[in-house]
Amino acid sequence: MAWDMYLEVILQHYRSPRNFGPLDGATREGEESNPLCGDHITLRLKVDPGSHRIEDVKFQGDGCAISVASASMLTEKLGGLTLEEANRISRDDVLGQLGIPLSPVRVKCALTGFAALGRALHPETAPTAT
Amino acid sequence: MDVVRIRSDFPLLNQPFHGRPLVYLDSAATSQKPKSVIEAESEYYRTENANVHRGVYALSVEATEAYESARARVGRFLGARSADEVVFVRGATEGINLVASGLGRKLLRRGDRVLSTVMEHHSNIVPWHFLRENSGIELDFLDIDAEGQLRLDDLDRQLDRRTKVVTVGHVSNVLGTVNPVREISDRAHAVGALVVVDAAQSVPHVPVDVQALGADFLTFSGHKALGPMGIGALWGRAELLRELPPYMGGGEMIREVHRDRVEYGDVPARFEAGTPNVAGAIGLSAALDYLERIGWDTLRDYDHRLQEALVQGGRERLGNRLRFFGPTDPSRREAVFSFALDGVHPHDVASLLDAEGICVRAGHHCAQPLMERLGVPALTRASPYLYNSEDEIDRLFDGLEKIAAHFARAS
Repeated sequence: MAWDMYLEVILQHYRSPRNFGPLDGATREGEESNPLCGDHITLRLKVDPGSHRIEDVKFQGDGCAISVASASMLTEKLGGLTLEEANRISRDDVLGQLGIPLSPVRVKCALTGFAALGRALHPETAPTAT
Repeated sequence: MDVVRIRSDFPLLNQPFHGRPLVYLDSAATSQKPKSVIEAESEYYRTENANVHRGVYALSVEATEAYESARARVGRFLGARSADEVVFVRGATEGINLVASGLGRKLLRRGDRVLSTVMEHHSNIVPWHFLRENSGIELDFLDIDAEGQLRLDDLDRQLDRRTKVVTVGHVSNVLGTVNPVREISDRAHAVGALVVVDAAQSVPHVPVDVQALGADFLTFSGHKALGPMGIGALWGRAELLRELPPYMGGGEMIREVHRDRVEYGDVPARFEAGTPNVAGAIGLSAALDYLERIGWDTLRDYDHRLQEALVQGGRERLGNRLRFFGPTDPSRREAVFSFALDGVHPHDVASLLDAEGICVRAGHHCAQPLMERLGVPALTRASPYLYNSEDEIDRLFDGLEKIAAHFARAS
């Protein structure tokens, strides 16, 4: 089953993650780390104050293929959404987008970027992935 | 050494997983168990089970004798002066917590220093952090060199009169480094510091003699050395153990209890509150018998052969795509090999090796200060033991080659 996780599309996102790097003028930021594996992802958003629309999104960090690919796909989805729309992205959307079977241990990896997004959207509640 | 015969003693290794034999390379986390250990434990429950130290009936006396003879067995193994210097604990983690907590209450004062090393397992760091947080003890760490060996020049620089405890792992659970405990002990004693040794990773591989090491306290876990989980031992010099206040309160560890006062029992009973893990102690004793039957020299030679197979396999089959950490000289290390595979995260390596039927560990290995020092977020670790064959090391490299090729295609 494990080899099925490492589809071409996952590895491409891992090797060349989309929207990877710093973001000048970011208005929101969320960070999630997985102390067990030493992974961490920081996700930054630049949100238009008037329309509440996400004008730009970037992420940075270090992680396994599953966590990096998942964060990369998530950022592709976020560009242009309003904060309200971003809020409606669910855990299942994120896992579904990956389109691979995940063992319970690896679900946490797949949700690292999503947890960082949660913190960026709701800094006051600081939700976690699990 | 006849590895085929040895394997036949280990039921788990002879049972197929998903239709094929398992390649178990995570013995530094826990070893598999030989039949003799499994049977010693279950035989106790079948024929001798009763609570120890309190019954007047023959069965309880027998159980007590079995438990105390296991203590004597461990004492002989460690070179203790007397069996009373051996306290049964759950494992090395409890052993270190017991010592740290006792020293913290009895010996250490605000401003005293505890010197640990940057390569320690969290179990030899966190109990000392408790003292830092609660008693104002300073906690410092010895550094390592580029080969992952402790820097003795740094020891000389850091040791001072305020240093009351030096606590060091005998063998690193990440780098495999064998630390020069005797030399460290001598230098620590010269400034009046006590020496605590975490022998969790050395007991499985080498005879551990507390006198030769010059230790004051030493602890290990049974389960990494073919023994059951939940049993281990703490050895301490008799005069120091007598000074140490109890760790847990309860039955067995007292002489008298009144409404207004309590008198504690002698060592080692003082440190063994509650019903002990008698079956575990008997299983541990059987594990030490098994290791000694094979012989430490035979074990060491075989360990070196597996190390050679790992180093050579890595070089020949993956070249500079694979980076090993730790000393290169087999006489300075044990067969605990952590590595980084170029361009593939350790978690992905371990997941894919699992798909090939190979068990390795990935992560920070409960050694975050070491990961920081090495500048890596995580590593993959293969730790073979006496029941692993060179064919299995080959299978590890088959798996790593396949993973490297798969990830390279996508770039």
